[in-house]
Amino acid sequence: MPFLSGLKQNIMSNNIAVQIDDLTVAYNYKPVLWDIDLEIPEGVLMAIVGPNGAGKSTLIKSILGILKPIAGSVSIYGKPYDKQRSQVAYVPQKGSVDWDFPTTALDVVMMGTYGSLGWIKRPGQKEKKAALEALEKVGMLPFKNRQISQLSGGQQQRIFLARALVQNASIYFMDEPFQGVDATTEIAIINILKELRKAGKTVIVVHHDLQTVPEYFDWVTFLNVKKIATGPVKDIFNDDNLTKTYGINYKVSIQE
Amino acid sequence: MDLQEYIQLVFTDYTLRTITLGTAILGAVTGMLGSFAVLRKQSLLGDAISHAALPGIAVAFLITGTKDSNILLLGALISGLIGTFWIRGIIKKTHLKSDTALGLILSLFFGFGMLLLTLIQKQPNANQAGLDKYLFGQAATLVESDVWMMTLVTGLCLIVLLLFWKEFKILLFDADYTKTLGFNTKLIDILITSFIVLAIVLGLQTVGVVLMSAMLLAPAAAARQWTNSLGVMVLLAALFGAFSGVLGTAISASQNNLSTGPVIVIIAGVFVLFSFIFSPSRGLLFKQIRFIKNRRDLKLHKTLAFMFRIAETHENIAHPHSIKILNNFQGFTKGTLQQLVRKNYVKLEGSMWSLTDTGFKTATNLYNQQNKDDD
Repeated sequence: MPFLSGLKQNIMSNNIAVQIDDLTVAYNYKPVLWDIDLEIPEGVLMAIVGPNGAGKSTLIKSILGILKPIAGSVSIYGKPYDKQRSQVAYVPQKGSVDWDFPTTALDVVMMGTYGSLGWIKRPGQKEKKAALEALEKVGMLPFKNRQISQLSGGQQQRIFLARALVQNASIYFMDEPFQGVDATTEIAIINILKELRKAGKTVIVVHHDLQTVPEYFDWVTFLNVKKIATGPVKDIFNDDNLTKTYGINYKVSIQE
Repeated sequence: MDLQEYIQLVFTDYTLRTITLGTAILGAVTGMLGSFAVLRKQSLLGDAISHAALPGIAVAFLITGTKDSNILLLGALISGLIGTFWIRGIIKKTHLKSDTALGLILSLFFGFGMLLLTLIQKQPNANQAGLDKYLFGQAATLVESDVWMMTLVTGLCLIVLLLFWKEFKILLFDADYTKTLGFNTKLIDILITSFIVLAIVLGLQTVGVVLMSAMLLAPAAAARQWTNSLGVMVLLAALFGAFSGVLGTAISASQNNLSTGPVIVIIAGVFVLFSFIFSPSRGLLFKQIRFIKNRRDLKLHKTLAFMFRIAETHENIAHPHSIKILNNFQGFTKGTLQQLVRKNYVKLEGSMWSLTDTGFKTATNLYNQQNKDDD
């Protein structure tokens, strides 16, 4: 019923943070993402789950314009991403950069302010203060002058998180922030994510550990090249969807 | 010729002054830009660009018939840029990896350039001789206008570096993230690469196609060993490059018949070797020393930790225990025990040992330290 769906969209349009229509991405003819339609409501803490090669990182990268999709469109709060950059922050996979780069933790976090500064203008006291606050939030203030190669994996992940926090965005995209971190860091990170949600932000996380999905997240998207399902964790995080996504019989005990 | 005489000569002799200035400026600008190439893991790009420049020199000569270095280097610049963009094209459009693309362009362009050079040499034209100086470089042919050209490019490069410092840094560290912040990463990339090509082309006359990439990489690789700050690294690389130029010129000028380009490259290589061995934080020497020291400390700490745990079970930390107890653990040797005594951590009386106050405190801190590191 086109009338009804149009009406529904009108009512909902105020609180849809990210809307994706018909998104298709391919590297060399083989589609990595196929015809994805996805609406992410404002204020959710959402996990994207799926097997390796399901296109989870690709989905985030195409939303952020790092990859060019063959077809489809993405809008952030109803406008194209180009016009909404200041609303969006990105935490890439930790392994995507060279941690032996000659720079300090504080310097990396400062990079989060570069977007609002624009071309040529250098960061000043205001930006430094924001960066120090973000370092404080992730518990890395004592390490601010450390060379980044001398940080542990968990600490490096926190630095990346702090860099995104500095951007003071409304929507956060994070690519496997829990990969290779110890339990302490994982708890520290999830607490920050929950704080972000409390502040009304939308957080979208590529996540691998299915066991922790019900505990950490309130929204989930199952992805395997196509979108399998999306919705509240309590409604759709079940063996049926897991089996559809991962292709084998999955049994996850879901704690209510 | 002693040093004083030589220095005097540098200031009075036109040729020597021109060459010294030229090689110093060249070393500085290639060192600066080389830092970016090294950090982007594009070390081989310089080699490919310099080789790709050769056919441009030959074609420029064939078209204009002149040997004016500025015109020939313009040809080098154009063919160097073409080579660079073809490399990018190959990487982007095919499944080939970047080393394959670099090697392919390097050898194809160089081969084509050599072919053209032999063709030119067979021409019945008295003007053809001397183009092969671009193969290995001939610093002696530098004239004042060449040095002005180098100064101009270096000045331009400095201005661009200072203006776009923040953009260069973030692109080098995390290109994808830079894109999400709204920066045109392609533009920044083209800016850096163009300056690298420009610097390489400038050096062809002095150092030559074959050795040019060393000028780009060696000062940067040496500088990386001494610092953990990008700014300091770029500065150091410029200094190392400039010194290599000045020293190389001095050696080749005072030892007859030594070709300047190779000497400069070897001096730069000495900087690299020295840095690899003697840098305090990354150098091989101190790394090995630290490794040995850590291993020794570890043994000591292990014994101390066992003693601490035993002593902890008693109210009085100085409570004496029999050495035999330690035999139950493997973390105890006569050597470590003696060292602990020497450090005044442990007291030995006959076959009984007890922790001292200092020993107890050190052991407590040892645990705290470990907890901190686990974090």
